[in-house]
Amino acid sequence: MDDDNIFKALADPTRRLLLDLLFQRDGRTLKELQAGVAMTRFGVMKHLKVLEDAGLVVTRRSGREKLHFLNAVPIRTIHDRWINKYREREVSALLALKTKLERKD
Amino acid sequence: MTDKGATIQIYRIVIKATAQAIWGAITNPEWTERYAYGGRALYDLKVDGRFSYKASAEMKSFGLPDEIIVGKVIESDPPRKLVQTWHPLFDAGTTAEAHTRLTYEITENQGGVCTVTITHDVAGAPKVAGMVAGGGDPVKGGGGWPWVLSDLKSLLETGTRM
Repeated sequence: MDDDNIFKALADPTRRLLLDLLFQRDGRTLKELQAGVAMTRFGVMKHLKVLEDAGLVVTRRSGREKLHFLNAVPIRTIHDRWINKYREREVSALLALKTKLERKD
Repeated sequence: MTDKGATIQIYRIVIKATAQAIWGAITNPEWTERYAYGGRALYDLKVDGRFSYKASAEMKSFGLPDEIIVGKVIESDPPRKLVQTWHPLFDAGTTAEAHTRLTYEITENQGGVCTVTITHDVAGAPKVAGMVAGGGDPVKGGGGWPWVLSDLKSLLETGTRM
């Protein structure tokens, strides 16, 4: 579950789509997820494996079925580590720009 | 189509700490007041034992009741597994909903790290389901389990909060 794996997993549009599908309705089987993306069963399995290795998807057995669950925690830790920190700076830069532009009027 | 998984939410994080330390951080009020919303978790760790999460002074100043979450212990296997009911009394909406079922699992991996998995069955409690999923502003109580676990990791690994 290190940052590299998470960013790599999120870098692919099909994998982001799979996460969005689980966000809409969690706990889906491979078959259900395959129906939502235009891809072979093997292709979807490969993407799910990358997501699972990154900790973004957790699987559980339910009888004979394997259910896939979205794990939003790594996204939260990425947010806390990488996004929160820079957002403040961005906001203050925009405020400085605004002040500068308005002064010219 | 199966809907078996539809009421279950799963949250997982890896923390560099012993299982015992993580267990303590979940069940000991001296620890629970140091992260997330900073309330005091009180557990009677036996089957049918009572659980309550007591509001901090700050939470009470926002008009929250003294006990903001109540429940009952279903299974206690320290420091590996804790199963309990979990019923938040944040407002009339969550109070009216069904009691949810919460499972903590702590597994030790190589290299002194543990995997902590929260499985929250929120059947019959859509308002609670929306809250614990997070996505809101933690300051307004919208952080959910992702924020709570992220903060717990930060506290146990660095000794300070995020």
